[in-house]
Parts: sequence; C-alpha cells; structure tokens
Amino acid sequence: MTTRAPDSEGDRRVTIVVDGRPVEVAAGISVAAALMENGVHAFRRSVTGAARGPLCGMGVCHECRVTIAGIAHRRACLITVSNGMEIVTAEGGAP
Amino acid sequence: MSPARRFDAIVIGAGIVGAACARALARDGCSVLVLEAGCAGGGTTAAGMGHLVVMDDSAEQLALTALSCKLWRELAPTLSSAVEFDACGTIWVAEDSAQMDAVAGKQRVYREHGIEADMLSAAQLAILEPNLRAGLAGGLRVPGDAVVYPPRAALSLLADAMAHGAVLREGCRVDEILDGAVRSGGELFESTAIVNAAGAEAARLTPELPIVPRKGHLAITDRYPGFCRHQLVELGYLTSAHVMTSESVAFNVQPRSTSQVLIGSSRELVGWDNTTNRRVLRQMLDRALHFMPALADVSIVRTWTGFRPATTDKLPLIGLWTSTAGLWIAAGHEGLGITSSLGTARLLADLIAGRTPPIDAAPYSPMRLTHHVRTTS
Repeated sequence: MTTRAPDSEGDRRVTIVVDGRPVEVAAGISVAAALMENGVHAFRRSVTGAARGPLCGMGVCHECRVTIAGIAHRRACLITVSNGMEIVTAEGGAP
Repeated sequence: MSPARRFDAIVIGAGIVGAACARALARDGCSVLVLEAGCAGGGTTAAGMGHLVVMDDSAEQLALTALSCKLWRELAPTLSSAVEFDACGTIWVAEDSAQMDAVAGKQRVYREHGIEADMLSAAQLAILEPNLRAGLAGGLRVPGDAVVYPPRAALSLLADAMAHGAVLREGCRVDEILDGAVRSGGELFESTAIVNAAGAEAARLTPELPIVPRKGHLAITDRYPGFCRHQLVELGYLTSAHVMTSESVAFNVQPRSTSQVLIGSSRELVGWDNTTNRRVLRQMLDRALHFMPALADVSIVRTWTGFRPATTDKLPLIGLWTSTAGLWIAAGHEGLGITSSLGTARLLADLIAGRTPPIDAAPYSPMRLTHHVRTTS
C-alpha cells in the first residue's frame, strides 16, 4: 500500500529555470522547496546585503521573496512550481 | 518637589523641530535641556515622508521653506549616511494645459526668489520618470529639493546639540509650563527661554495655540530599484494641503535610498483617531495609480498614519509667546516640519539671542492668531 498526500502529483517532474539554469524538480512542490532542494540558500539580499531565505514557510514573514516570471518580490513559499517557470534569486540580482 | 535645576534654554519636544532648535541654541553657547515625552524623533517626525521641499502656498511659506532648504543643503555634507539625504529634487506634475500654465507661473515665482526650476515638456517628463502615465502635460523640476529619513535626521541634529553640551531626557513628559519654569512630575526645571516644540501636542501645554492634529496616511512598497527618481507631486497638492477640508488626497511619491517607494498623501480632521481609514487609504492609492499605473504591480509592505500639527493659516508658529514669561513657540508646521525645522531653528535662535534673522520673522509670530484669547485685567 502506498501513502501519498492528496495533492501529490506523483512522479511527475517539471523543469524550472533558476538564475538562468534549467533545473528539474518534482511537480506540485513550492518554489521555496524547489530552491532549497537545489542548494539555494540566499533567496534574496536584505537592504544591508545579508543573505535571506525562507523562515515561516507560510507566507507571513516575506523572507523568501524572489522574482518569478519577471515579477519581483513573490513569496516562494506560496507559489507552486510550473514547467518553464523563470526564477531569479539573489545570485541572479533580484532586488 | 526636588530642587529646581536651571538651564539657559529648555526645549520641549525632541521631534525634528525641537532637535533643530536645541542644536541652534547649543551652538549659540546656551546650556540646553531637551525634554521628550516619548522617544526622540518618534512622533510626527517618524511618521512623515521626509521631503525637503520649497513650497509657494504663500510668500511667507516660500521664504521659510527656501531658507530651510538652503540650510539643509549646507548641512548635507556633514550628515551620516543613516540620515539618507538624497538630493533627488522634486517634479511638480501637470495633467493638462491649464496646469502647465500654472507651472509656468510657479517657475516665475521660484526664479524670482533665486530657486532653480526647470519646465519639463511631456516628452522630457516621460524620459525622466517612465513609470508616470502617458498623456501628462509636463511638469516643473526643482533640483534643489531633497529627501531625508526624518527620525534619523532628528537624531543627527540632537547628537550635534549634545556634542555642544545639550542634555536630552527621553520619557520625560512635561505636565505644565509655568512663568520661567516647566514641571515634569515632581521635577522643576527653570529657564528664561522655554521653547514649546511639542508639535501636534503643543496645544496640550499651551492651550491657546491654534494647532489641531491633521491626520495622514502613508504606504511604503518593497524595493524596486529605479522605479522613480524624483519626488513626484501633483500640481494640485497645494490645494489639498491649503484647503482645510475635512478630507483630501493628493499624489505624492518619493524614492527612498533603499529603493522603496513611499506613497502619500492624505489629510483628515478626525481628532486623534490613528486607525487606518481604509476608504481614505484606498482613495490615496487610487490617486497614485491614476498618475503611476505601474504601482498596481508593486507590493506595499506597510501602511501607517500620523498627525500633522496644523494651524488655521497654514504657517507655523515661531517666536515669543507673550502670555507666559520666557515662553517661545516653535510648532504648527503641518506637513512641512522636516523641511522647515532648520529655518525655524535659525529664526528662533536669532530672536532669542536678539539678532536679526535672515528673513522677517514677524509673519510667523505665534501671537498673530490669538485675537480671541481672553486677557485678564
């Protein structure tokens, strides 16, 4: 018997583009999970240049903001990956 | 009551106006005590936008704001980066040809007073500020205007005052101004020069002062580098500020050194109710969207309210208050306290020292609005 979360998309994979680099990740996961799974820790930089990444994981703290599809300051923990999604993190110069 | 302590000058209120007055008096060699009920720079000063802007609502307002902006530019090289002084200039935005005519008149007035001001065509405006909507008529650029981060600016002025011997007491609420003294709880402080610089709260201590709180909302966005480069104000701003209607909004945004965009402005007369009025906030943001449609795609991280110390004739109260011995007033700056703080301090220090101020101080005398004050015989 297999147990699976109700919203799981099974073994389906999608390709996202992180700072110009194509990365294959599981479908249905959040952008935050996808980035962390791929070793991204500095999602963005604070005003003073400090590295920032996910803290609350539920959209409250705003620490995990990245640029998605050209729109700055999207909360990575609230957005689900989709095929071809372009993400820019601190490394890629996101504000 | 503990024994009274004596100072050459006592400044009530460590907002930006009190801070500037303390600095000017300390630099004159006075021993200065600053009494602040809360924390320095934490009241109206912390709630404001921080524009340093020449305003021409009246000749007197123009004289004081022009003097003040000049003093800010002279001070700027000595300010720490924490003050975030940014010589971004202001652009007054005109929507139609009638407003362009008004812009031409405004330019004439500014130039007559030696203030640089350049007319912008619609095309020039679009190049300087691409996020403004298409179809605007043009504008007037005033390059000498600037912005600061007000609470840090106040702290910077206070630090300078303290370097010249001033003493700051925070969390020290003044209960009463007496002839030649102030009382705070069980403490009495004596001085021949007491300055009521308590801003919107000045009338709590000197009830005859014609100052009322005029509420405003502000919103600040996340960081969007290059979104706007100048402080932008609609030409109708002066109307919104001048007419003492119960409620008005005007388009006014400014770039912050953090790449955030500060969005104003609203005006309400609702006493001391500091809750967010969602309807007015919405009107204010709609007004901003009308001029900058691209704001629809940015995220606002915070909104807040504050209280401008408004007077009935739109001029601050600066000078001697003759009803109480040794009492001077430096309050009632409405939305221009950050700008006018340095000019106010110059005037006040000159008057207290018996010098001639660089501009005529008579129009700002706090006694001008007191015709109805009862005098006892």
